[in-house]
Amino acid sequence: MNETVLRTEGLKAFYVLDVFGTQKVVKAVNEVNIEIRENEVYGIAGESGCGKTTLLKALVAAIEPPLRLIGGKVYYCGYGKEIDVSSLSAEEKRRLRWEYISYVPQGSMSVLNPVMKVKETYRDFIESHVSGKTREEAYEIAGRQIVELGLPRKILDTYPHQLSGGMRQRVTIALAALLRPRIIVCDEPTTALDVVVQRGVVQMLRDVQKYLENTIVLVTHDMGVQANIADRVGIMYAGKMVEEATTERIFGRPLHPYTQYLINSLPRFGDKTTRESVPGSPPSLIDLPSGCPFHPRCPYVLDVCTKQMPGFVGLEPNHRVACWLVGEG
Amino acid sequence: MKVLRDLFRDYRFCFSFGVLVIILILAFLSNFSPYDPTLWNVVPKDTKPSVQYPLGTDSNGQDIFWQATYAVRNSLIISLIAASVSRVIAVLVGMVAGYTRGNTDRILMFVSDGLLVIPLFLILVMLAMMVRQHMSLVVLGLMLSAFGWAWDARVIRSVILSLREREFTQTAILSGTGTLKLVLNEYMPFAMPLVFSTLINNISWAIGLEMTLALLGLVDVNIPTLGTMLNWAIIYQSMFLGRWNWVLTPVVISVLMFIALYWLSVSISEYLDPRTRIQRVGAQ
Amino acid sequence: MDTLLEVDRLTKVFSLGGILSRVRIRAVDNVSFYVKPAEIFALAGESGCGKTTTARMILGFEEPTSGAIVHRGGQGGESENKKVWFTEGVQAIFQDPFGTFNPLRIVDRYFFETIGNFGLAANGKEAVKLIEEKLNAVGLSYDEFSGKYPSEFSGGQLQRISIARALLTDPTLLIADEPVSMVDASLRMSIVNLFKKLKEESGLSVLYITHDLATAYYVSDRIAIMFRGNIVEMGPVERVLMDPQHPYTRLLRESIPEADPKKRWGSRITLSNTEHEEYLRAGCKFAGRCPDATETCKSQVPQDVHIDDVLVKCHKYHSVMKDTSSSHCLA
Repeated sequence: MNETVLRTEGLKAFYVLDVFGTQKVVKAVNEVNIEIRENEVYGIAGESGCGKTTLLKALVAAIEPPLRLIGGKVYYCGYGKEIDVSSLSAEEKRRLRWEYISYVPQGSMSVLNPVMKVKETYRDFIESHVSGKTREEAYEIAGRQIVELGLPRKILDTYPHQLSGGMRQRVTIALAALLRPRIIVCDEPTTALDVVVQRGVVQMLRDVQKYLENTIVLVTHDMGVQANIADRVGIMYAGKMVEEATTERIFGRPLHPYTQYLINSLPRFGDKTTRESVPGSPPSLIDLPSGCPFHPRCPYVLDVCTKQMPGFVGLEPNHRVACWLVGEG
Repeated sequence: MKVLRDLFRDYRFCFSFGVLVIILILAFLSNFSPYDPTLWNVVPKDTKPSVQYPLGTDSNGQDIFWQATYAVRNSLIISLIAASVSRVIAVLVGMVAGYTRGNTDRILMFVSDGLLVIPLFLILVMLAMMVRQHMSLVVLGLMLSAFGWAWDARVIRSVILSLREREFTQTAILSGTGTLKLVLNEYMPFAMPLVFSTLINNISWAIGLEMTLALLGLVDVNIPTLGTMLNWAIIYQSMFLGRWNWVLTPVVISVLMFIALYWLSVSISEYLDPRTRIQRVGAQ
Repeated sequence: MDTLLEVDRLTKVFSLGGILSRVRIRAVDNVSFYVKPAEIFALAGESGCGKTTTARMILGFEEPTSGAIVHRGGQGGESENKKVWFTEGVQAIFQDPFGTFNPLRIVDRYFFETIGNFGLAANGKEAVKLIEEKLNAVGLSYDEFSGKYPSEFSGGQLQRISIARALLTDPTLLIADEPVSMVDASLRMSIVNLFKKLKEESGLSVLYITHDLATAYYVSDRIAIMFRGNIVEMGPVERVLMDPQHPYTRLLRESIPEADPKKRWGSRITLSNTEHEEYLRAGCKFAGRCPDATETCKSQVPQDVHIDDVLVKCHKYHSVMKDTSSSHCLA
């Protein structure tokens, strides 16, 4: 089993909003305990609005108002030490960003500066993290990395708007991987892309991971993409992690009713039999149901489910579920 | 009302509301003035503020307080006429240009741009000199309105242009809604905050412009407005002679009005902004 | 043969660029297909292939440069190239459920307006009954719908409300422009199952425009694959997607991520850098990326070839089957 690189303990992060006098508290991440290991691709799946993006923000220590860290801790681990992220100063956080952990946010095709050529953005990056490189050296580093990752060298001399969406996404991923971070966190990297382009982006992510032998945390609601690239998958629902296992187990033997619905609702080629979506709609994170948040939609709901939230227990190694039906919870 | 309660949370709105209520009361009081504002020497000249003459009297022999009530009333009338007529023109032009596009749009924008580019002040001075004899409140108001719509028409047009590309336009068309109803029902709610805030800005602008013209003596100086009061005060050298009550009255009133109008426009347009309205919908 | 909608050699050319350098892009290039009653026809392809432009032309929001669109579904008899709504029995739903309705207006208003504009009910009570009927058909109740703004619903619910509004006029053809791409993958089934149900219960035809081939396979009867303005393969969905003939269809089919870790992508692919260059290519537009491209492919536009009931636009089959037909599509 590989070493842990990132760990959360009882993480709680809520949005506290004040709109014209009324206060709304959005419980986006509601007690999450996960351990992400070295040299793996960890996927986080779930419907939109389940809190995945907020979890990512907490992992990269990008918590800003109205998002507040209400409880729990995030630890960066390595070389036998553990650092509590909330104890870092702003300067330390800035240094760790891109060098230890980098973040590819959603819609990151728009992250590139539209008035600078790609090589200038690279130079900017390199100069703010590595001192003592001249302009030419910076371009050289950029060129080498681009070619290593299988992208054509000439894109360095183009402006972002001249590239297609898929190419921009890959450039952003290349930028995130530039300083060889131990963890790369991607939020929905393939959502707005076409099927063929999506395949190219996922291919590139796999290349980056093999090349750097680091960890990739990939958030997407597309289970097909998760199946194709993730080693382990965590399923989030209403701010909580409800199941976590290796990809084979999640798709082959899902235990949580929500995961079962999720897997069975996906259309498959060669099979035109009727499939059903998860019935009902996801709960509002402001007004969560009591006990287990899935109980209003669960076909196997028990009385205890409406009263108490089950614990996130591991029955078998590498397979944890939060459900009263499985184990004593 | 819930709307007012929400608005009162904003300190700016409270201040503006307060000031404007006072201004309106003053304007209303003008109906009860014991003196005819266009006559001279109805009271002893140049007295200091006292119980009988709350703000003192001016060199024309008028009571400053009652003169001020008339001034406020007239300035308001001029600016309200100017602002509302120009709003109507701006909305009509903006909507027609934004929705129909093509040649109508080009012609309307040509006219609008022309009005923007022409040095406004010179034209107004010329016109004022020509119509000076017949200058009344309404005439002045209409003159100002003819120049106040160009900028806002363009802004409204760009709002309409962008709304036209949104998918709900197509939904409305598929629902069988005709063009006029579509523009009124679908686009007006987006354009309202704009129209409202530009209305208020226009009122400020009109008052300011009227005061400028008055200081140059281009309006009928016998009709008391904030501008003409200031004009008279300066003609009689009241600053040098230390008659602060006369000079400061129109100055303080107009400064308070400008601040109040500005804060009113800012707080109301923030309230009406579609983005915050959408947020508030969820809160209810 | 009775068809609800027939599209014949439809073309749309966009001119881009300034006065000195104008680039003409054939967004839709000689597209022909038909839709029968009670059938779900999928128009599939990646972004930029021209499917949305085709839909806009069929709805009348865009003028075709050439070609004909014939509607036979409404009470007006046959009508060519007119703006089609109630009289032709065509309605549409769009991609972004939150953009479909004005965020500042209550959603009911659209329903009442549709009823009022087309005279579908005699008074208020009947109108409410009609609305309730259509809402129930999409799985919603009147109470949970009435008096709310669009932001108070979820994406999936709004999309269903959008379908209910389209059903008010009892259309024969529903044009669905990417209805599920902005809905979560796990909720797509509920919308797409609705199309199936409406087809089976009321004989509604759906022109389903999408880039999601998995749902296209699941719900449609026939499918046409578009690439850079051309239809490259068209036929029954079982044949086209399970046994694709055109190299592009094969590439698409292989690139769909399957929700099964045992079926991961094996081979590697290369992507094009910009899309413009493919539009302006002479000859077959896919020649730049095609694994089987020959010299003819790069210079000559391929013709349509019929292989059983599938239409393929590819040079590979041109020589194999001597049967070359015009681009007019036959039954």
